[in-house]
Amino acid sequence: MESVSRVEEEAEKLIEAAGIDSDEGFKLVMGIREAAVNAVLHGNSYDPAKFITVTLECSQEQLMATVADEGTGFDMEKLPDPLAEENILRGTGRGIFLIRSFFDEVNFRQLHPGTEIRLVKKFAASTGASS
Amino acid sequence: MALSIATRELDGVTILDLSGRITLGEGSVQLRDAIRELISKGIKNILIGLGEVNYIDSSGLGELVSAYTTAKNQQANVKLLNLTKKVKDVLQLTKLYTVFDIYEDEASAIASFK
Repeated sequence: MESVSRVEEEAEKLIEAAGIDSDEGFKLVMGIREAAVNAVLHGNSYDPAKFITVTLECSQEQLMATVADEGTGFDMEKLPDPLAEENILRGTGRGIFLIRSFFDEVNFRQLHPGTEIRLVKKFAASTGASS
Repeated sequence: MALSIATRELDGVTILDLSGRITLGEGSVQLRDAIRELISKGIKNILIGLGEVNYIDSSGLGELVSAYTTAKNQQANVKLLNLTKKVKDVLQLTKLYTVFDIYEDEASAIASFK
């Protein structure tokens, strides 16, 4: 989990430097952290020989993050809806839902091997984010 | 900041005062162990104080749900006290706010177990 903590720290630094509102920044960091946790836990299955690759870019217009793992991939269609009545008391399955709640665009790309998730948050002109 | 858990008892209710983060690797296992220990001792009334918890992730949410269902299965009750705004927002987003009994003051929470 050290790599997840490092991703979280770097995201916090970038978002703070960009002057993003703290409530909004909290959600964005949380989303990026969830993506990193998924990559380490579900993608790489905690295999210490596997890496996650993270990019973070912030401009006045948007924040973009990509998180890639070296796992075997997963079927998006099989992700349960955590808000469905039959799933509400499940202990897992809320990570992707939270990410989708916090970002405007969430896309997955199959790598060989692995999966990359790409997150984009677009800023209103008054957000005050900077390059 | 990792999670710290202080346990106390008041009027037949065991209160867990949590402080720090409830995340994968930073508290979710501690919370699970603490709840399981109480349940194994036959304790039926458990109040989890979250006033000093400033961060919860999807794993932490899962642990709260597991605490709730584990307790229910043993005819015990787990209720929540003093949510911070950040934790409250995440519970509302995931609809878990409607699952738990949540209180803003300790006296009301204690009374609710009677």
